[in-house]
Amino acid sequence: MTDRPEDRTPSAVRPYVITRGRSDTGGEPLAWETLVMATDAAFPPSLQPEHHKILTHCQGLLSVAEVAAHLGQPPSVVQVLLSDLVAWGLIVIRPPIPPAEHTDVTMLRKVLHGLESRL
Amino acid sequence: MASKAVSDDPDRASGQPGPHTGRTRDTPGPGTQPGKYVSAGVVGAAKILVVGPLGVGKTTLIGTVSEIKPLSTEAMMTQAGAGVDTVLTPGKTTTTVALDFGRITIDGALVLYLFGTPGQQRFLPAWRDLAKGSLGALALVDTRDLAASFDALGNLEDLGLPFAVAVNVFPGSPQYTEHELRAALDLLPDTPLVACDARNLRSSVQVLIALLGHLIDTAPPEAHGLVPPPAPAPASAPAVAPAPAPAGSTATESL
Repeated sequence: MTDRPEDRTPSAVRPYVITRGRSDTGGEPLAWETLVMATDAAFPPSLQPEHHKILTHCQGLLSVAEVAAHLGQPPSVVQVLLSDLVAWGLIVIRPPIPPAEHTDVTMLRKVLHGLESRL
Repeated sequence: MASKAVSDDPDRASGQPGPHTGRTRDTPGPGTQPGKYVSAGVVGAAKILVVGPLGVGKTTLIGTVSEIKPLSTEAMMTQAGAGVDTVLTPGKTTTTVALDFGRITIDGALVLYLFGTPGQQRFLPAWRDLAKGSLGALALVDTRDLAASFDALGNLEDLGLPFAVAVNVFPGSPQYTEHELRAALDLLPDTPLVACDARNLRSSVQVLIALLGHLIDTAPPEAHGLVPPPAPAPASAPAVAPAPAPAGSTATESL
């Protein structure tokens, strides 16, 4: 994910038109399961319609993947738009459980018990 | 059914549009359906991949256990089909792959996403990003076409992602013994292999439980001993290392 070719032409990928050709989030892209939510900040009037749509969908916590599905846009596009919104202070994120904790047995047991309670 | 998590959880953020969200005119779906949002108390998310060939029941299983209607999104793949897919436009190597996913809120504090991922080798690039940060994977197998699952299993092994195998039993599927299946799929002895009915909640949750059990069993030993290390020993403590046990006396249960 970090070594995207920078020479890709925007015109090759139509959805990237709405990111103005950007396929790079300027940092590590948000993982699909990262939770995002709109802040209380007022929307600046100059927002692009796609940014605006994201904010209207994010009145509660949603994952990046869900935002993409609700918007009907590929996650890779939504990741770019969300990064903009994070940078502007219009979206806050709750990052996924860090990989270092994936083998944390306490966390895994919690998931296990949560699943068992659904039986 | 104990799992009513979806509909009327008071904790859940209400779908009420905020003061400045009057414009939902061109939102593709209903923007305010109940249960759309993750419970406000959730502090983090984890994910599990559900992998397997087309038609093996990935979306069925995800829909069975998910608290939301499974959603679909199209991941873009670049350079993916090289040498495999026929690319009509030379130089254009972007294609999309549909991924269905669902979610399960655990304990009100953690949300688990299940991403259905097509198994074919040519989708491996799309997997890499998804696999990154996954707890593990569930590989679905249809005994009517075991070979169709080989790619998915191979991809999991390549990625080093721990997994459990679930045989989605279709009516009239050939019956094999566990031994035969393990041999055919070339599974490691400790890889869980369970039968399931992806349409059945209990059965589908059971296979996820088998996967979690496997993840716990294979967690590195130090992860089990996550008890805090001995409290800061008094500065005068002469030795930090535990006294070496006399050889032989503590020989761990050898098999």
